[in-house]
This record gives sequence, structure tokens and C-alpha cells, in this order.
Amino acid sequence: MTTTEARPLPAKEIGRDRRRKEDQRLITGRTRWTDNITLPGMLHLAMVRSPFAHARITSVDTSAAKESTGVVAVVTGADFDESLGVCINAWPITPDQKAPTHPPIATDTVNFAGEIVAVVAARSAAEARDAAEQVLVEYDELPAVVDLEEALDDSVLAHPDLGTNKSALWVFDSAQAGTGGSVDDAIAAARQDGIVLERTYRQQRLIPAFMEPRSVVVDPTGEQITVWSATQIPHILRFALAATTGVPESKIRVIAPDVGGGFGGKLQQTPEEMLAFAVARRIGKPVKYTETRSESLMAAHHGRDQIQKLTLSADKDGRVTGLKVELSANLGAYVALVGGGVPVLGAFMFNAIYKFPAYQFNCQTVFTNTAWTDAYRGAGRPEATYAIERLMDELAAEVGKDPLEVRELNWIKHEEFPFTTVAGLEYDSGNYEAATARAKEMFEYDALRAEQAERRAKGDPVQLGIGISTFTEMCGLAPSRVLGSLDYGAGGWEHAEIRMLPTGKVEVVTGASAHGQGHETAFSQIVADRLGVPFEDVEILHGDTMVSAKGLDTYGSRSLVVGGEAVVRAADKVLEKARPIAAHLLEASVDDLEFKDGRFGVKGTDQGIALTEVATAAFAAHNLPDGVEASLDSEATFDPINFNFPHGTHLCAVEVDTETGQTWMRKYVACDDIGVIINPLIVSGQVHGGLVQGIAQALWEEAVYDDTGTLVTGSFVDYLLPTAADTISFDVDHTTSPATSNSLGAKGVGEAGTIASTPAVVNAVVDALRPYGVHDVRMPCTPERVWRAIQEGSAGGETTGAAAPHFDASTGMEGTVDRTSGADE
Amino acid sequence: MTRINLTVDGMRVADDVEPRTLLVHYLRERLGKTGTVIGCDTSNCGACTVHLDGQSVKSCNVLAVQADGHEVTTIEGLAATADGELHPVQEAFRECHGLQCGFCTPGMIMAAADLLKRNPQPSEEEIREGLEGNLCRCTGYHNIVRAVQYASGHLAAAANGRGATEEVVG
Repeated sequence: MTTTEARPLPAKEIGRDRRRKEDQRLITGRTRWTDNITLPGMLHLAMVRSPFAHARITSVDTSAAKESTGVVAVVTGADFDESLGVCINAWPITPDQKAPTHPPIATDTVNFAGEIVAVVAARSAAEARDAAEQVLVEYDELPAVVDLEEALDDSVLAHPDLGTNKSALWVFDSAQAGTGGSVDDAIAAARQDGIVLERTYRQQRLIPAFMEPRSVVVDPTGEQITVWSATQIPHILRFALAATTGVPESKIRVIAPDVGGGFGGKLQQTPEEMLAFAVARRIGKPVKYTETRSESLMAAHHGRDQIQKLTLSADKDGRVTGLKVELSANLGAYVALVGGGVPVLGAFMFNAIYKFPAYQFNCQTVFTNTAWTDAYRGAGRPEATYAIERLMDELAAEVGKDPLEVRELNWIKHEEFPFTTVAGLEYDSGNYEAATARAKEMFEYDALRAEQAERRAKGDPVQLGIGISTFTEMCGLAPSRVLGSLDYGAGGWEHAEIRMLPTGKVEVVTGASAHGQGHETAFSQIVADRLGVPFEDVEILHGDTMVSAKGLDTYGSRSLVVGGEAVVRAADKVLEKARPIAAHLLEASVDDLEFKDGRFGVKGTDQGIALTEVATAAFAAHNLPDGVEASLDSEATFDPINFNFPHGTHLCAVEVDTETGQTWMRKYVACDDIGVIINPLIVSGQVHGGLVQGIAQALWEEAVYDDTGTLVTGSFVDYLLPTAADTISFDVDHTTSPATSNSLGAKGVGEAGTIASTPAVVNAVVDALRPYGVHDVRMPCTPERVWRAIQEGSAGGETTGAAAPHFDASTGMEGTVDRTSGADE
Repeated sequence: MTRINLTVDGMRVADDVEPRTLLVHYLRERLGKTGTVIGCDTSNCGACTVHLDGQSVKSCNVLAVQADGHEVTTIEGLAATADGELHPVQEAFRECHGLQCGFCTPGMIMAAADLLKRNPQPSEEEIREGLEGNLCRCTGYHNIVRAVQYASGHLAAAANGRGATEEVVG
């Protein structure tokens, strides 16, 4: 791994490619997933879900289910009062946002297919599911609105009581905000004497599809009700449970044990958690609910799903003058936890790394009778980045320049940082020139361009496309004051505590809640350097509100840059508390001490004492200075003053078979600037995984509903998660412009790959097809769409029949292709 | 109820099971072998992969009664000993950062171990094709492929030293 700046050799822990502390238990199967937990007397829950997207419940007959073997209880919405609680929306994006109440269980109407209408508690999971089949629910079907565009015209209403499908309109205008000029003036001027690009892009609906299905165990015995959940947000869940059920927060303990991925999909307060909590309290016994994969795909929240109407103005040379965004964002049936805040996060990113003099963003959030949408890796920023990076390629095609040249003409030069953007953010650091130069070098850009020209010239049926994405993002969510100004319901700080144990070991408590990222390793490296203790002697504790009392959890690439900085500050407080004790024990003045490599030394002498010895002395407390407390333990809460802004240049080469529409990725280069890297091995993993999720949006994944609101991609047979055979190995490198908003100089990396890669891939596909008159291919760029685009010079049209029903007459009762067949012997 | 007798991770067990019981449910719920996990309900994800008489199978796709009289090895029994010594494929996943959340990992390791037993020196393409039945959402597969290549090299070295690949892998 190389950088454009010389990085010091990793004599310290920071910068070392430490193997992860987490792995030993994970590779030997000694894990504690929520579904592994079994408690004495524990009952199992099964959910009865609506098969209809929109219907009135006319009757629920639970008598047969109650007679079923092993059944303890069958409950419906009518059995609960307000102590059940509700699913909250933490971010009402406008004061007049329309939002229906979101009960965990439907009582009168169901508003999407998959909504829960009854819960069965039984001795075993199998008995619970058997009984759930016996619950007879009668429905009167209501007209369902499924399509986002149709929802906008309000002819069919998802929630008739609201009188409209429109939830909120959120607007940012640079002229009004004083951050830029009038976008309408810019566009009008460009219509006279410049370039105006008008494009509509569809961000298809995606499903986070974490590998561990969601699971929750609730134990109501004892003084505190204990909730184990496969969640990213134990602290927020505890708050929401207390705030909506009336159970005092001090009586609730939430534990996120080993959690198998989230990607935003477990950033939710779920109906299943609320119901498990209520049923356990009602029965007085521990209960467990683990969803099936089909339930997860159908009823865990989805992501993306936007229509982006974009107008970009530029002068004749390709210098941008304005950008107007008119966004329709599908909320699904309810406003979820972050809900309409997801597209609003994108509002600050459409202008990306470019110097737009004028910018306007209008976002209309819309209800449909579909599963609700919320955060999915990148949350608002991938959508924005896709739009602008696709537009920059279109602009380059319009002016007839290389897409990198047009980007460079418009981007913020490295000597211009810090730079306040037209969206009002201050980018603290970055070097787009350096990242692009390195990426081009790794990619052998000029050679591939030459090969592309050659293939075009000779009419090769397999054409080569080169895709570019010079992305940036805002992450490290988030400065609390900014969140407050946006009407978000909480702050964005993070908390840490460090406990110096008398045996010389160190416990670090963080409010961040890892679910695969490797915090235990990375945070140990930070503390080892800061306190001069061995990496192995540091234990990271997290994900249990009894241990980690304060926290705002893990999402938005925040754990290291916000949570890690809180750890740094707690460590500094430990040293400050240790200093007078060390001075006392050394019979020296505090001012004469210096701390280095884990020891307080008296300047100019060889006298000194290790921090761990000071900790032991504090524990014994036999010989402390007067008025000094017998503890080094310290805590800190860090609230960032700014976001941080990772950026990078991603280059992608895609081969397109113009006769079949088949695409094959040949090469992918990512040069990301994520500031100072704590652990390069963990960073590489985050980049690789992020890339594949973004590439999957470009090429494979789409949640598809039929006209009646049934999710036809409701299993892993139909929702096309990429396999090892679909993907390639990547070339990853980094340049380094340290962030100034935290003392580590670190920037977030969790979402970067996903944000950057989608437009790079689609740009490559479109680039291959430009000679065929194609200027867009709708995502996912399936072979069918690519082939149609070539035939028609269009964007390839809608997804039709992409997922045929299983065991249906139309498929000869054979179902669709089984993607596991290749692995069979 | 049907009586089954089998060996799981070297332990002989006998139980009465419902005929519909899946092997993965039997392993997890009756034997407490929670190292083997369930990731889907259509046998696509491979998270539940175990070895049945030394060959990888998706244990959600095998009835417990089909394992009667056979030998099952799970992720918990893959290592030679329970005291921390790792199977070369486990070690390779740790060394190459072939896992993040770790949920697909037991199945991925079991599938990779079987792949290497059948093909000790696979090409990158053969590794990718061979693991097609196991889904991972975290790693983008890049480091999983590297891990299998790493294990392949170490297994080959071990085989040259000891002269029996089968013995090392099995």
C-alpha cells in the first residue's frame, strides 16, 4: 500500500494491519448470535402477516390456533392497549410532515404485504409456526398504490385518512440560504448560451440483506426487562422502548450480542422487537422471535427507491453553473426511524466535489403500500453521488471531452481547502488531483482508452466501457447542532469510558455498537498507542446498555471518527488523573513529568513509573496525594464540530457483449482518501465489501413488487445477491489528507465503497454503448436491459417478469432458476 | 418420532426426532451446536454448511433422519483440537481478513475446506465457482478468495512435509 504523502512506518499500533481480535470466536463457531440464546421456560414467537398490500381486517379467528399443540398464547392488535408502544420517526423533516401512526401490529387496516396481524407464542418455533397457519384472518381488499410515480398523482391513496400520498416537501435553495446564486437564473442563462442537461434517473429499491436474519429475545423475569436484539442501535432501541411503552428506561436493558451485519438494515426500532417486548411482559416468560429470510426480505426495511429529476447547467466549455434536483422518495407504508431523513442526507451531496455557483434541492417524500424504506449503506449519499457522477459523464459527452477532464475543470483544487460548498458544508481537507492521478496510474487509464478506441474502430461485438466516479461523502454522523437545525430528534455525539484495572489490563467501553466492523481491534490499537499499553491488554466492551450506559450506536460511518475520538479523549483524561499520583509516588513535581511509551518519567532522570503501576497504586489507595480520588477511570463524550469528507477516484472497466447484453467487469480500481488509517486490513475489507454492494445496485439487485403489492423478490432465489462467481478482485489504494475534525485525522470508510461504485459501473456500461446512441441504462443493468438499450438506443425500460412466480403455471410449475445448482455435486 | 444414531464432531449421539426436523435444527436446538447458523429458507446462502461423511452439505437441505448412521462435522469440530489449534482454512480466514460480521463464516469455511480437499490447488476462478453456493454480504468475497488461496498454499506445504493432503484436510 502506498500513499502520495510519506506515512511514518507503523512503529506504533496505529497503521498496523493487526489481525482481528474478534475472529477467534467467529471462525470456531463460539458465537453468541441472538438466535443462539436459549433461556429456561423460553417461548417462541411466530408472526401472522398480511398477504395483501392494503386491506381492511374484518375478522381474526384465533380459536384453532389456540387449540394447536404447544401454544401458550395467540394475540392480535385488539389485545393490546397503548402500553404496546409505537414505532417512532426520529426525524420529521418538516414541521408539517404527514405521518400515520405506526403501530407494531395492525388492528383495522394493513398497509403493506407483510404487516403483522397476529402473534403466536408456543413451546417451540415449529409449533408456533404451525399454529400461525391456523390463524384465520378475513380481509376486505382496498386499492393499493405500489408505484412511486402513480403515488404522486394521489389517485389511489396509501392512507386514505391522510388525504394525500405526499408526506413532506423539503427544500434547499442556495440563493435563499446565501450559499450561492439562483439556479433558475443559471439554467435560463445556459439555455441561451450554454449547455442544459435534463435527465431522470431511477434509484431502484434495494434490500439491505444482512446475512444474519433479525432476531430478538426478551426476558421479563427479574427487576430489569432484558432485550437481546440483532440490532445496530441498542441505545436508541432502549430509548424508543421506554419512550413509547411507559416502562421506565431504568427498567430496560438492551444487549446487541454478536450481530451479523446491518448495513443500515438494523438501524431500526422494529415491530417485531416491540411485539416480543409486549408479549414477554404479558406472558411473564422469556420469548424469542427469529425471522425467516423471506420475512426479512418482505418486512425488514428497504432502501433507496427514488426518482431523480435533474437539471444541470454549464457553459459551453463544460464549466458547471447550476444544478437543480427534484426528488421523489418512496417512504413505503410508514415514516420509519430515519425515514424521510435519508433522502435529505443526500441534499448536501449532489454538488459533490464540484464548484457549483447555484444549487436547488427539492425532495418530496411519498407513501405507497410497500415495505417502508430507511437507511441502507450510504443512505441518501449513494443516490446523490450516482446522480452527479452520471451527469458529469453526460456533460463530458456533450462537450466532447474526457470525463476526467470535465471533472477536473469543475472540482475543488487541493489548495482551495477548506472550502465551503454551495450546499453550505465546509470540506476540511482533500486532494482530488492526487487520488485521481494514483487511480489512473493503477488502472493504466490511457492504455484502456486506447483499447476502447481500437475495439470501437473495428466494430468488436464485445465493447469496452470505462467508468469514472470521483466521489465524496459526508460522514461521521453527526454534529449535534447540525442535527438540531435539521429537526433530528437526537444528538450525534458518542461516549467512551476507560477503566484502568489493578492488574494492568484496560477496559474500554464505547457507545458505538459493532456488527462486523472490527471495533474491538481498531479501538484497541488506538488505546494501546495513547496509553502505551500492549494491544492484547485492551478489552473493548460495547453493545450492552448495562455496560455501556450511554451511546448513539453505529451507522453513518461514525464509529471511528466520533466514537474513536471519544475513546482518545477518555484516554487523555486517564493520563491527567494519573499524573498527580505519579508525581506523588515519584516525589517529583507534576511539571517535571513527561509521559512516553506507557511511563511517566521525571525529565532529565531515569526515574519513572508505568501507568499500569499508577493504576495499581490508585486501586490500593494506600499512598495517594491528599484530595485525589482513588481511581484513574475516566469518561468522555465527543460531539464533532463538523462532518468529515472522504473522497476518492474509482475507475471501472466493463466489457459488454453487444449481441447478448451480458456485462463482465474486467478491472476495478479504487483510490480512496480516508485520512489517517488505523488498520489497513480492516479498511481494505470495508472498501471491498462496500464496492460489491454498490456494484450490485448497478448490475443485479432490485426489490420488485407486482401490481398488487406482493414482493416478488421475496427470497434469495429471486433477490439477486452477488456470489463469489459474479465478482472480481479489486485494486485498492489510498492517498492521505488527514481530517481536521478529529485528533486521529481519520475519516469514515464504511460507506465509501458503496457510494462510489454504483455510478462508476453504470458509467462504464453507458460508455461502452455510447456509439450505439445509448446515454443511459436503467439500474440494475441486466443483460436484458443492456440488450434492449442497444436495440432501441434507450435506457432499457422497466423490469418486467424479472422474477417469475414460483410453482406457477407460467413457469410450468418449475419455479425459477435455482442459483445454488452450480454448487451441487 | 424417529430414532437416529449419528456421530457429530466426534461425539456419538442418539435422539428421537420428528421426521420433518432439518439437520440444522437438530444440530442447533438439540445438540447446542450453535456455531452452525441459518441464513435463509431456500438453501441459497450456505451459512449452514457442514460436512456429512466428509463432504460439504447445506444442513438446511438435509433431514436429521438422513444423517442417521453418518458422521457430521460442524465448524465446532473442524479444528483438530478444541484448545485453540485451528484448521488451516480457519487460520487462513483470520490471517487474510476473510470475515467481517462472521455470520456466513462457518459455512464459508466448511465449504472452502471441502473445496480444497477436492481441488488442493484451485485457480481464482475455481475458488469463485466453488464457493458460489455460499453468500457473504460483508467482504465482497475479495479476502475470502485470498484466504482460500492462502490456505491452499499452506495445505500444499503441509502436504509436502507430511505427504498426505487428505490427512491434513480431512
